[in-house]
Amino acid sequence: MISPAHYIALAAILFVIGGVGVLIRRNALVVFMSVELMLNAVNLSFIAFSRLHGNLDGQVIAFFVMVVAAAEVVVGLAILTSIFRTRKSASVDDANLLKY
Amino acid sequence: MTAYVGAIAPVIPTPHIEYGLLSPMLLVFGAAVAGVLVEAFAPRALRRSFHLALTLGGLAGAFVLTIAVAVDSSVFGGGAAGRIAAEGAVGVDRPTLFIQGTILVLAFVSVLLIAESSHEVSAFAAQAAAVPGSAEEREGLVAGISHTEVYPLTLFAVGGMLLFPASNDLLTMFVALEVLSLPLYLLCGLARRRRLLSQEAAMKYFLLGAFSSAFFLFGVAMLYGFSGSVNLAAIAAAASGNTGNAVLLYAGIALLGVGLLFKIGAVPFQAWKPDVYQGAPTPVTALMASCTLVAAFGALLRVFYVAFGQLTWDWRPAMWAVAIVTMLGGSIIAITQTDVKRLLAYSSIAQAGYILTGVIAATTAGLSSSLFYLAAYGFATIGAFAVVTLVRNPAGEADHLSSWAGLGRRSPLVAGVFALFLIAFAGIPLTSGFIGKFAVFQAAIGGGAVPLVVVGAISSAILAFPYVRVIVLMFFSDPPADGPVVVRPSVFTTSAVAIGALATLVLGIVPEPLLRLAHDAATQLFVR
Repeated sequence: MISPAHYIALAAILFVIGGVGVLIRRNALVVFMSVELMLNAVNLSFIAFSRLHGNLDGQVIAFFVMVVAAAEVVVGLAILTSIFRTRKSASVDDANLLKY
Repeated sequence: MTAYVGAIAPVIPTPHIEYGLLSPMLLVFGAAVAGVLVEAFAPRALRRSFHLALTLGGLAGAFVLTIAVAVDSSVFGGGAAGRIAAEGAVGVDRPTLFIQGTILVLAFVSVLLIAESSHEVSAFAAQAAAVPGSAEEREGLVAGISHTEVYPLTLFAVGGMLLFPASNDLLTMFVALEVLSLPLYLLCGLARRRRLLSQEAAMKYFLLGAFSSAFFLFGVAMLYGFSGSVNLAAIAAAASGNTGNAVLLYAGIALLGVGLLFKIGAVPFQAWKPDVYQGAPTPVTALMASCTLVAAFGALLRVFYVAFGQLTWDWRPAMWAVAIVTMLGGSIIAITQTDVKRLLAYSSIAQAGYILTGVIAATTAGLSSSLFYLAAYGFATIGAFAVVTLVRNPAGEADHLSSWAGLGRRSPLVAGVFALFLIAFAGIPLTSGFIGKFAVFQAAIGGGAVPLVVVGAISSAILAFPYVRVIVLMFFSDPPADGPVVVRPSVFTTSAVAIGALATLVLGIVPEPLLRLAHDAATQLFVR
């Protein structure tokens, strides 16, 4: 029997995979995809909690999160595209002018 | 099926929105939307003046409306702490109105800096989409055009900052966080000079900001799982009623704290701050260093005083640790800096640590001293970044400290004003920084945090060293042969510097009116 608790455990695992992805991947686009994975893990946990509590707040919040994530993609891809056109590279290791 | 629909349909009531109470935010967002229309329809020659009128008028009008709400007897009549508006989404109370008023004034001064156009066409790129060094970029520069989108973007960011500390539920707070962050990510990447640095700053800020908002959101999910609601008062009720799963509650507090402390730039979530402050166009840095900090502290205060007010003993040890490493980390790393914008960034990290000591007190004194400190620090930091825009070499702003050597001999006034801001940051008496620091440390002692105040005093002593070094460099060393020039600012930058310097001095010598205002704002804490 699959209970809401299983979904929350899955959401936590996905969130951690996303977090590790942000920390270890080198391509800015993949880093950004990992952030999106984290947001989707959050959505899953909102919906599982919504089921657990029997109110609809969590489902409504999931829609808000999707809209905000879409807005974030617009801004993020604009920034990543401009930096890729300048440097011919999307690696976060190459962006190293600002330090110390 | 028809019976089911009939039973459900009538229970959806029309939401009741208190437009009067929300009018400051609505005006700023309305001006931002109108700014997008100006961008689309106004001829290029007129755009800048239209935008200026709209932006400055919108911010000034919103400030007047904020005061109108603050004196509205229907909100605070009968000794009420405030009112919950927009179906529980927004809390309108005295601390929030103080914070919103502060943000609006500081944003107004920052927009004066953004509007500066006398040293070159503007501080912003002709075409952000053009690759640096390309023919397309040169065409834009020769034509003397600039991005006027910065004005609506600034207004959207300021609107988000107004909503962020006012949000009474965590969903509204998350949306406000994104509304304030997304325009700032773009603004960071729009510098006219040193575009590689600017783009890199935008990318770092964006990736780390998105990462931290994922943490914030997961914290919201945990608290929703704990209490079944995202309303701050409902979370507080569930926490004090000891119902629900405590693991979810503590995980939620920690994750939410990570998201908020990132925006503040507290150690260990400070990595973005020096890079972004250095790479972003300086007027945008001034906006971030003042308004974003005020908004983020406002949200942190509301969340930790309203939702977790009963759990002070649970979150205080972790916040102690964060405040200590923030104060010490910021001031020690500031010593090694050679770039003036990075120095100011590390100084801002340490200042955030001092304000955190006031937050940790979790008393009315803690709240009022934090409010005063935020206002005082905001003015000084805008003034300091305004001075940075004036010291220029052929490549743009002369950020490296070596080029500031001997500045006091060639331009005593500019160097003197910068020295004033530095001694205010160091907390020397007769400046606003001293009063602010004294107030937060006094509140921290009142809250029983004597060790924190000791660490704060040590950190202030360490932080005074880099400031004094800059002052000595400016006044007691010989200027280099190919040193930078101090440009003559137009009325915009002059008034920004003048407002910053005047506020720093006046709040240092006669702090009483603003201290009393902050005290009155804080007496009843936040509305629940």
